Amino acid sequence: MAENGKPKLALYWAASCGGCEISVLAIHEKILDVAEAFDIVFWPCVLDFKVKDVEALADNEIDVCLFNGAIRTDENEHMAHLLRRKSKVMVAYGSCAMEGCIPGLANFADREQMMQFIYHDSPSTANPDGIEPQTRTEVPEGELELPAFWNTVRTLDQVVPVDYYLPGCPPEAKWTIAAVEAILKNELPPPGSVIGMDVSVCDECPRERHEKKIKRFYRPQEIEPDPNLCLLEQGLFCAGIATRAGCGALCPGVNMGCRGCYGPVEGVRDGGARLISAIASVIDADTPEEIDAVLDTLPDPAGYFYRFGLAHSLLHRTRLAQANGHKVAEPFEEIPHLDPKLAE
Amino acid sequence: MQIDYNALNPAWGARKPVIIGFLCNWCSYNAADLAGTSRMSYPPTLRDIRIMCTGRLDPTFVIKALRDGADGVLVMGCHPGQCHYQEGNYKAMRRFALLRRTLAQLGVHPDRVQLAWASAAEAPNFVEAVTNITEAVARLGPLEWHDTVEDIAPRTPVPSMTEEVAHG
Ligand code: FES
Repeated sequence: MAENGKPKLALYWAASCGGCEISVLAIHEKILDVAEAFDIVFWPCVLDFKVKDVEALADNEIDVCLFNGAIRTDENEHMAHLLRRKSKVMVAYGSCAMEGCIPGLANFADREQMMQFIYHDSPSTANPDGIEPQTRTEVPEGELELPAFWNTVRTLDQVVPVDYYLPGCPPEAKWTIAAVEAILKNELPPPGSVIGMDVSVCDECPRERHEKKIKRFYRPQEIEPDPNLCLLEQGLFCAGIATRAGCGALCPGVNMGCRGCYGPVEGVRDGGARLISAIASVIDADTPEEIDAVLDTLPDPAGYFYRFGLAHSLLHRTRLAQANGHKVAEPFEEIPHLDPKLAE
Repeated sequence: MQIDYNALNPAWGARKPVIIGFLCNWCSYNAADLAGTSRMSYPPTLRDIRIMCTGRLDPTFVIKALRDGADGVLVMGCHPGQCHYQEGNYKAMRRFALLRRTLAQLGVHPDRVQLAWASAAEAPNFVEAVTNITEAVARLGPLEWHDTVEDIAPRTPVPSMTEEVAHG
């Protein structure tokens, strides 16, 4: 607590897009209550604090830290450790901190592959001198430093202990408000809880549902969906069946299948595995050939199933090309088909 | 049955492939029993787990097995039309197809995850399935997900109070 009796609040962003910062402001005039109720000690996006201000605080002096963003550089990791040590309650705010989210998709590649693509191969790159970012660079004025970039994106709880999770990309304002109010009233759920709902997005979705049997998948640009009927029934990928509710089914509300940003429903360790189960069971096909034909209309299944949760999934990332000195598997066909023998 | 694993891939060293088998209670588990009582010979690589029906196979089981040290996973059930719960093996086939495509994108060679059918009387099918996956996995070498994936993520020590960060 500060001398004025207000609890101290810190907000930080690590590997994230900035949307979480904006979502904090999306609580609108309630932000004044937050400013009134809390003593904000660190919020680099909005207020001019420096890391040394945090370092100057005593351990556990910050009452609550809302930490958004995944951990992908040494700076992210340093700040996670520093803020954890200074904070009584650490909240993984938003999908990046909780599950890795879009930055976690980098775990489909490694550092080398990313540098190669971003600084050399991407169609929009013009880099005739082949310059790549270095952690240290000499310039006439002195030495410049950049954070070191890791091979693998990690979630906040893979780096430091986390007390609460606020899911969403970004979290909906009502849950941010709920969390702030719970903190102020000291009515927080047991540590480790996700602040939100335990049911799936389907429970919040007003669309009409029947038994689902689909012969092919469509990409959103390929059909104009019926606005009242379940999207998955119409062949549009929708992660709502295995995704935690709390958003009010915003995406299905605008004819777009749920992307899965609230993460898996309560009790599920690997959201992608749950989605594989759920999506496979709506396929209307019985022979290996038919099944493969339906699946051929769903390109990039891992991208769909692990869009938000790859860094927190059981496998965590793709296998690295060169691991532990011994060569790993030779290349293989990326779309394996079923053995026709399985028909009998 | 003797297989020289190191001849197929020198990375095996002193260890041999570990394959987790998920066998349906009504058919393939009995086929495995029958292969044993008939003294048929097959590679000693399978650690089997009995499930009531392949329809019960949650893809999480397979993913967890691979993450926790298995080099391959073999799923076996009743032939189409013979599932004791009518549809379980069809559901399993759809899930398996989607799971294997997903795993391939994550760098798991499709040969490491296999699906096969065997009725209670078909011990040779069971032997063939175990032999096939063992040989395929032996050629690919150890998976070692923990070592090749998890531990390669760099760890930095907890920073000391005096340490500076480049960007505040
Ligand atoms: S009972 Fe054997 S596969 Fe369903």
